[in-house]
Amino acid sequence: MFAYYLQLGLRSLRKNPLLTLLMVLAIGCGVAASMTTYSVFRATSNNPIPQKSSQLYVPQIDNWGPEAQQDNKGEPPNAITYTDAINLMRDKRATRQTALFPAAMSIVPADPSMLPFRETSYAWYADAFPMFDIPFLYGHGWTADEDASHAAVAVIGKALNDKLFDGANSVGKNINLNGRDYRIVGVSAKWNPEPVFYDVINTNGFDDPIEVFIPFTRAVEVQTTTNGNNNCSKDPGKGWDAWIKSECVWLGFWAELPTTAQADAYRQYLNGYAAEQQRSGRFHWAPNTRLRNVTEWLDYQKVVPQEAKVSLLVSLGFLLICLVNTVGLLLAKFMKRASEIGVRRALGATRKEIYLQFLIEAAAIGLAGGVVGLVLTGLGVMGISLVFEPDIAKLATLDASLVLLTMLLAILATVLAAFYPTWRAAQVQPAWQLKSN
Amino acid sequence: MQIKPILSALRRHKAGTFLIAAQIALTLAIVCNALFIIQQRVAHLSEPSGIDEANIFVIKSEWVGAPAPDQADAQMREDLQVLRQLPGVQNVTPSNSYPLRGDGWDDAIRLKPDQVQDSSGATIYFADENFLDTLDLKLIAGRNFRAEEIGHMDLRYKLAPPVVIITKALAEKLFPGETAVGKTIYLIGGPATVIGEVELLQAQSVEHWASEFAYRSVIIPERLNVSLGAFYIVRARPGQLETAMPAAVKALFAHNPRRVINEDDGVLSFSDVRSRAYESDRGMAILMGVICAVLLAVTAAGIVGLTSFWVGQRRKQIGVRRALGATRRDILNYFMTENLLISVGGVLFGAVLAIAINLWMVTRFEMHHLSMVYLMAGVAMLLLLGQGAVLAPALRASRVPPVEATRSV
Repeated sequence: MFAYYLQLGLRSLRKNPLLTLLMVLAIGCGVAASMTTYSVFRATSNNPIPQKSSQLYVPQIDNWGPEAQQDNKGEPPNAITYTDAINLMRDKRATRQTALFPAAMSIVPADPSMLPFRETSYAWYADAFPMFDIPFLYGHGWTADEDASHAAVAVIGKALNDKLFDGANSVGKNINLNGRDYRIVGVSAKWNPEPVFYDVINTNGFDDPIEVFIPFTRAVEVQTTTNGNNNCSKDPGKGWDAWIKSECVWLGFWAELPTTAQADAYRQYLNGYAAEQQRSGRFHWAPNTRLRNVTEWLDYQKVVPQEAKVSLLVSLGFLLICLVNTVGLLLAKFMKRASEIGVRRALGATRKEIYLQFLIEAAAIGLAGGVVGLVLTGLGVMGISLVFEPDIAKLATLDASLVLLTMLLAILATVLAAFYPTWRAAQVQPAWQLKSN
Repeated sequence: MQIKPILSALRRHKAGTFLIAAQIALTLAIVCNALFIIQQRVAHLSEPSGIDEANIFVIKSEWVGAPAPDQADAQMREDLQVLRQLPGVQNVTPSNSYPLRGDGWDDAIRLKPDQVQDSSGATIYFADENFLDTLDLKLIAGRNFRAEEIGHMDLRYKLAPPVVIITKALAEKLFPGETAVGKTIYLIGGPATVIGEVELLQAQSVEHWASEFAYRSVIIPERLNVSLGAFYIVRARPGQLETAMPAAVKALFAHNPRRVINEDDGVLSFSDVRSRAYESDRGMAILMGVICAVLLAVTAAGIVGLTSFWVGQRRKQIGVRRALGATRRDILNYFMTENLLISVGGVLFGAVLAIAINLWMVTRFEMHHLSMVYLMAGVAMLLLLGQGAVLAPALRASRVPPVEATRSV
């Protein structure tokens, strides 16, 4: 029966090629616009570390006070000071914790024919590697003891290892960073969470993967400049020492808290810490702290670009119009065949069979629309770099799940649009149609 | 025109009428908002930077091995000398940033040392005595820096230069109706005397958060020595930009190879800078434009399709009317009026919807209130679209011969 209805449907579609083409194109365009913009939205709203997104938290501490926070609706600064980072690290109230900052590093290759270059580099603590589930190709992260002794060790990324050591195991070898030698203890495998949740503040969520990691304690000891933002509410004073003791905020901080009970305890700890700072005279205001997990943090920092949301909404609106259009055209198409329906009904076809026949015909249109939509989505994803900046555009890809979703959306949307016209078709009174003939 | 028979005919085609009206309403709502987004984005990316964009390029030279501030300054001055000697280079200045870069130093400006609330935000540009000439800024009051006034500082030093030059926009905000020259302003590190005013210089960021101080900039007579490196803003001699860019990089490396000039963005002509800064604005405008065009085409096609169906259904009635003396023109008018009635219903509803969507977007996104001009333009566009789309089927209807009345099928 199904095959017969499909055959009927295809024959009917061939009868009005222009109308059919119109419907197929409209559905194709609507689906393609929605899917192209969705691919960007999906990439930017992606959960970068699903297995741990509810266990990793960013603490925020208000060290500027209500006056400086007026523009920020009373929210604490987005980063923390060196003083607070060191205190939080010392107190060790989370299972794992790390302070971090993007370090400004130039790499001087041992091969004198190669020019110096820069790679994305971060300074953080030993805990960060297991905390962020960073996979290793060779070796491992450094140890907490090496943190404590400010050891000159480094972990490098796979791409850098390929570039400097032709992909060989480089553990134990030295790398020259900013003119100083660091001993390589590990080579990380590809680790490229998108968005880069660990440092949203300095990257807006999208950046190249990290190629160099060095101990935070070492980076501060050799006075490595941050490559990221530094915000001061007051003049920090002269020199490096004054700056790191100042109320300028420039560090990221992450705490791993596997259970909600631990997260609640950490919240209390943060408030207690702020209260202690108030008692000691550093803060002149009541404790104002926040603790957000990965999902909440990305949401709060508005990592999904406005453009991605607006264009997705407009595209969905566009699809809706294409569907209204399809409802109208299907209605016209089906009602034109009122007499055919009358004959079929008179010959014993039930309403259900009419439903089935017309819905299958609609599904065939949806299928064709889906194919057109797929081609247009492919073109759209290729051309998306015209619309979004390269860091974001490169994340939009036409993968298997998007292909499936495109086809499904096209067919589902068309069948949905066909419900009303089909219902009308099924309501045709056989007697009336036969009479007029 | 006979409205009544049209209305009674439409009552028999409730679904079709509703579908066309709904399509017109939704199209209007989306097209109005999309056009408005296009206008906003285009207006944003057309804002002037105030500098001689055609001849300027920027080199980002990063040091290797974190040199100490004094050493970095010495290297910087040598580099400036090297660049200045190139035949294609008219002038060069070092800075920490430049308009549209999207990264840099913003500071709060106060008028009194103990003031709690800032008077304004401003972008801080570090500069030397060549900054004004290199960027081709127009000095409208006071004077430029003298060579002996130029100092140098590192990032961790107090920002408190004795003298500064500010933009007209900042001067008007801080000292409305007065001249700013000779007045004192307070930067984060302390007081500074304004010695000059320039006409126009855009802030380093064109993002929404910086829009409040878009043209409020302060020029500081210091070379900023960051261990990272510096930007050299170069003004090429007219017409020599293309040759000066590679020549400058070559000369810098020849002088001192211990530096990094990134392949992707180490040397950017100002037109590259501009297209990077406004990438998302241009992209949104293009996307909205494409969606609008396809949307209007789909809606027009839908109207053609449905009206053709109606014409086909009513051939017999049309024949009867023609037989009873209606002219071709009457039939044409009938369908045109029918479409106009539906369209008017659609645009009325669509206008309300357009405003509602805009109001919602204003609360959710960084959007302005929809200007009525766009709404009116959208309404006119859709009414015309409807009339244009219905013309072909209506003409076909008008050619139905009277003899159709006598046929039974």
